[in-house]
Amino acid sequence: MSILAVLEQRAGQWNRMSFETLAAAQQMARELGTTAGAAVLGHGIENLAGELASKQLDKVYAIEQDLLENYTPDAYCLALAQAIDLVHPEFVLFPHSYQVRDFLPKLATSFHGVAVSDAIAHRIDNGRLILVRQLFQGKVNADVRFAGDGPHFASLQAGAYRADQVVGGTAPVEVIRPSIAAAQIRTAPRELFRESQRAVDLTAAEIIVSVGRGIKEADNIALVRKLADALGGELAASRPICDAGWLPMERQVGSSGQTVAPKLYVAVGISGAIQHLVGMKGSRIVVAINKDAEAPIFEVADYGIVGDLFQVVPELIAAIEKAK
Amino acid sequence: MKIVVAIKQVPARDSQLRIAASGKWIDEADLSYEINEPDAYALEAGLQFKEKHGGEVVALCGGPARAAQTIREALAKGADRAIHLEEDMAAFDPLAAAQLLAAALKSEGADLILTGLQSDDLGYGQTGVILAELLGMPHATLIMQVEKNEGGIRVKRELEDGWFQHVDMPLPAVLTIQSGISKLRYATLMGIKKAKTKEVRHVTAESLGVAAGEARVVLERVYLPERSKHTQLFEGSPKEAAAQLVEKLKFEARVL
Repeated sequence: MSILAVLEQRAGQWNRMSFETLAAAQQMARELGTTAGAAVLGHGIENLAGELASKQLDKVYAIEQDLLENYTPDAYCLALAQAIDLVHPEFVLFPHSYQVRDFLPKLATSFHGVAVSDAIAHRIDNGRLILVRQLFQGKVNADVRFAGDGPHFASLQAGAYRADQVVGGTAPVEVIRPSIAAAQIRTAPRELFRESQRAVDLTAAEIIVSVGRGIKEADNIALVRKLADALGGELAASRPICDAGWLPMERQVGSSGQTVAPKLYVAVGISGAIQHLVGMKGSRIVVAINKDAEAPIFEVADYGIVGDLFQVVPELIAAIEKAK
Repeated sequence: MKIVVAIKQVPARDSQLRIAASGKWIDEADLSYEINEPDAYALEAGLQFKEKHGGEVVALCGGPARAAQTIREALAKGADRAIHLEEDMAAFDPLAAAQLLAAALKSEGADLILTGLQSDDLGYGQTGVILAELLGMPHATLIMQVEKNEGGIRVKRELEDGWFQHVDMPLPAVLTIQSGISKLRYATLMGIKKAKTKEVRHVTAESLGVAAGEARVVLERVYLPERSKHTQLFEGSPKEAAAQLVEKLKFEARVL
């Protein structure tokens, strides 16, 4: 039995969630009394593998192949299936990135397994690994366990484990060269691009006032803008607001937008779907104003008002002006 | 061009959820249901693709009898016909659920299969990708746009942190559609009327000859999450609550 963490890189840069997955693998290995290894795949990844060699790991696997240079689900699954057949881990852990979402279900299916996706925590129960997942947009948690033989696959939510808890050490590097033929890759990825230059850098803002679905109509955004002005903060939004075109995409906070950590984050009419929470839960103080007392946003809020934002926000603006 | 859109019915977004006495699922009594929002966008993408390139849109929905409502709505919006896979899909793990959907699709010979990127209930976000693997088709996820090109289609994928990527792929293929990519249409009165005459094929696991295999992941227990932070809630009138909040922000948190 062993645990393999598969880390993510793009063009030689780590995905920031990779080391969270590594920390989780080390922690689970300690608790289960087994060993942890790590794998990185791509083309020209010697440096990245070398970086992993300074961590407390049983082994580092550099899965190296020309056709892994640009991500495709076909090449990644072929390469990982061959590596897993060689290494025989019982558990294979991934960061729950957009890329992993794209290929992990395919990989698990090829092993007749099911990946437990987007896990937020784990515990060991009688020597068995139990993973915790969120259901119903974060309103309900579930304990999930694997049945049958491994390899068992899981992906871990951003922020669920702490990258600064990775333990150092030394590990040997083994290079795996999977055989993949170009004809096995059915999709052709093009260059990455961004839609527009980002004029607003929300990551530098000390105070952010963010608006969500609860605002109901585009015209009502002005009310939240007034609150942001009163606080001297930047206006931001959850995804549905930007999708509707009520605010530009560059003001979106969350997994598909910007990740922010201001000293004050005020969430107005935002229920707190996980895609939003991962983008703002590093904020020092979180204030939530929402009519639904059960909304997940209150799980990360320091201060909250359960009520109608159209009544609360004007009073809040008045109270801030008075306190100045 | 035959387009199949896999849709699912889930509890309405603002539902107050209670845990069932078994502790294994939520209490489904008194819940109202609606189409899974990402699937509504997949349906919209399918209907738009048909309007541009012609063909047929087939809605495929797994769920108990109550799912008939969601199927009627899909037909009223413009789907040409539907397949109702009459099973309680929450009882299956993602692989077993996708095996049923794959079996229901087998005789269709679809060129393009669309579904939402994830469900708002179980939220595994895997059904489309597993379906592609089972059917031996290429796939792409988090799709914002679909265009026809010479060899098949060109799709626009969303990546993290505001990045995007185009991917060229052959047909048949499976795509999972990102939420919010276009405006959803409403059913017209004419559409609602026509929906009543459209064909709905009913299938079950038994009629498809699919035996449920051993579950590979087991949901042991569901429960309401514990708050990771202690939230100070301010009560009273909006004016009183706002005053208390500002007081705390100024003197306790010192962020004002």
